[in-house]
Amino acid sequence: METSLSPLQEFILILGMFIVTFLARYPLLVLVGRIQLPERVFRALRYVPVAVLTAISVPAALMPQGTVNFGIGNTYLYASIAAGLIAWYTKNLLYTIGGGMLVFIFWRVIVL
Amino acid sequence: MTTIIADKPKNTSTPRSEFLNGMKDTIPLIIGAIPFGMIFGAIGVTSGLSVWGVLGLSAIVFAGSAQFIAAGLVSQGVGVAFIILTTAIVNLRHLLYAASLSPYMKNLAQKWLLPLGFWLTDETYAVVITRYAQQDKSPHKHWYHLGSSVAMYSNWQLWTIIGIVAGTQLEGIADLGLDVAMAITFIGIVVPLIKTRPMLICALVAGVVAVFAYDLPNQSGLMVASFAGIFAGVIAEAMQPAKVKNSEIL
Repeated sequence: METSLSPLQEFILILGMFIVTFLARYPLLVLVGRIQLPERVFRALRYVPVAVLTAISVPAALMPQGTVNFGIGNTYLYASIAAGLIAWYTKNLLYTIGGGMLVFIFWRVIVL
Repeated sequence: MTTIIADKPKNTSTPRSEFLNGMKDTIPLIIGAIPFGMIFGAIGVTSGLSVWGVLGLSAIVFAGSAQFIAAGLVSQGVGVAFIILTTAIVNLRHLLYAASLSPYMKNLAQKWLLPLGFWLTDETYAVVITRYAQQDKSPHKHWYHLGSSVAMYSNWQLWTIIGIVAGTQLEGIADLGLDVAMAITFIGIVVPLIKTRPMLICALVAGVVAVFAYDLPNQSGLMVASFAGIFAGVIAEAMQPAKVKNSEIL
């Protein structure tokens, strides 16, 4: 296996990624609870999970190769639509993942 | 997710029961993360990182999407400083998670906050915010958080290792497209959360903006879309009649 980074470069990469990631996770966890936040901010924070997770999944489903693709070849899109429907009807995460992955595999093998 | 958690007796919770429930409620997300972790291990060792580098990213950085992006950038010969900058931007969403969790964690000691902060992921956030927001007065909810974190972390290490082995043994495993599991998992989390009209508007705006902002540098489109969604949700909520607002459950 070829490695393109020297051991030192790799060490710096991991250390640097650790620092910036930890700085995104930890400081607000400590700070925000200890200062008084306006009610308005609390209301806004309730939208965080839906906003962020949707902003991650929609491009992942609609543009897996980087451009919008509604075509029949976009397996990600049809697996995601199936997952959305299953999630809507069952509200069960395990069924959603299982069903979505089944549609994904089915689409790959049968439809394409 | 709420349906999984809702029917448990919470008044009799102990640290142990909370810890185990946290692990149990995280199982569906673990299943979603399995292909993701395995593919990271497989892509990692073919991207130009050493085996120790791949293990180090999973064990020390522990941030799935940032790890993927790092492996991709390494394989394209991008410089270390640029990769770290990209990681910082991709992980900005954790600021939102941390701000959202912190009101529930303000009485915890540093020995809790440090590890729980380090272990904060999309998945654990999604599971534990539901638990923290439940009305019962259990004093041990941080044990639930710990259970979820430990389960996610150990699973991620395990499947990184399996992926490294698979990546060095099997050709083409990285091209199977199994990373679709991440999108499917997040859809499974988000859809049941959409119980009100403002929440729906939030999701629609975040999704549409994410597509249009996709080409912004360093994946910063994710943050633009997130803020657009939050903003749209807040505006939509403010425009609702007052009595609807009070009867909201979310």
